Amino acid sequence: MTEMPTVDLLPLKGSRCDQCDNVAYPVSRGCQRCGAEAMRPIDLGRRGTVWGFTVQRFAPKSPPYVPPAEGFTPFAVGYVELPEGVKVEAILDCDDPVELEGQVAVELVATHPVPRFALAPTQES
Amino acid sequence: MTDVSIIGAGLSPFGRQPGISGREMAVTAIRTALDDAKLAWQDVQVAFGGSDGAGLADTLVADLGLTGIPFTNVKNGCATGGSALVSAINAIRSGQAQVALAVGFDKHPRGAFDPRPEEWGLDAGFGEAGLMVTTQFFGIKIARYMREHGISERTLARVAAKAYRNGVLNPNAWRREAISEDTILAADMVNDPLTRYMFCSPGEGGAAVIVASEDVAREAGRRPVQLLSVAARTRQFGSFEVFAPAIQGTGTPSSVSADASAAAFAAAGVRPDEIDVAQLQDTESGAEVMHLAECGFVEHGDQEELIAAGETEIGGELPVNTDGGCIANGEPIGASGLRQVHEVVTQLRGEAGDRQVPGSPRLGFTHVYGAPGISACTVLGV
Repeated sequence: MTEMPTVDLLPLKGSRCDQCDNVAYPVSRGCQRCGAEAMRPIDLGRRGTVWGFTVQRFAPKSPPYVPPAEGFTPFAVGYVELPEGVKVEAILDCDDPVELEGQVAVELVATHPVPRFALAPTQES
Repeated sequence: MTDVSIIGAGLSPFGRQPGISGREMAVTAIRTALDDAKLAWQDVQVAFGGSDGAGLADTLVADLGLTGIPFTNVKNGCATGGSALVSAINAIRSGQAQVALAVGFDKHPRGAFDPRPEEWGLDAGFGEAGLMVTTQFFGIKIARYMREHGISERTLARVAAKAYRNGVLNPNAWRREAISEDTILAADMVNDPLTRYMFCSPGEGGAAVIVASEDVAREAGRRPVQLLSVAARTRQFGSFEVFAPAIQGTGTPSSVSADASAAAFAAAGVRPDEIDVAQLQDTESGAEVMHLAECGFVEHGDQEELIAAGETEIGGELPVNTDGGCIANGEPIGASGLRQVHEVVTQLRGEAGDRQVPGSPRLGFTHVYGAPGISACTVLGV
């Protein structure tokens, strides 16, 4: 998997409504809040906090699921609240799901096929 | 507005039925509902119905008789039965018909649903990555809800154990064995914090309801249950739903169940605290917990005490899912909403046998919720 150009895919792209400023993900053709058609593409940034999550314990049905070459292992999935004002569904990398409790900070590590976040390195304040 | 009553309700058996098609289950349900109404198929003047994956309802006339009536197919996910019922009621209210049928049925293969991302307006990558799994949504929603409102895992187990216990009392249920709370808690985790026994399974079954005008309902020998209101809604801005790539907006997500139930209560002129028996969508046991509050029966967080005190049991203050709900009956998507109506009709008539709610219940409520953010509710009375 070393050939994956993850850095080139960043950051995550969304839309902001010209009329009401509502932020959508993915890039949207109409505003869910006000119905306006004018949506501007925006970058959603790379850092957010975990809003909610669960662990996918069983292998989803294939198709459509494409398991990794080494086979299925349980993974965490949830929503990451981004500063732009939208919560994005994502796969959450962690060693133990307990690490994801308490609205922890996470950082975008991939955008394809779906957003993937990992625990953010602890920041000095 | 013209009053509308349910004068007949029928079910096919629920649970695995090898060799029997979903369409056959639908025909069984319709014939049972007609017998219950003391009517013949020739008396039905308009029909609405559907399944999610077991065929077109309007083809059922091949088995029922070619009477030439209008028969509209409905495909509205978990609200299929509710939407069919709304249409049947409107046909009576508009004067189009005196007797109308709503029918729902399904026959799903074993295991989790496997919807195609493209049909939901989603990128194929969503499915490839393993996010096209309905159970994830329920895990994420209840996990956050438990943290916010102090709901325990024991409460999730209590709700599931009640469903299986009620299933034991229901001869038509799929799951008819009691399962202890400890066994439920110790079972394989599906999506944390929900274990295998906390979820309903995609299943098989058919359900049918005959609605009629006041003139027909008043005829001698009928046992009408009044349809005080029915409301179906789609999600409003800011909701959190199955297969949502994002939750837009800030603050607590909106709830389509809250919208539909509030509309149903307002139209009926009935308050939640007046309801004697309720059917709430229990895709998993946490859904029943959350829907108790979303439908206005309790404040968020008060379910912990309410359920521990046994108030949602058949003998409690607000009996919920007295037939075992989706957990004990399985989830044939097209049929579940009308199964709920059938159960409340049975309870309000005092014909529920071993699972009868004591004290002659007068007012009942039903609620379905499903993807991609739909809910349908009814208020029934005798």
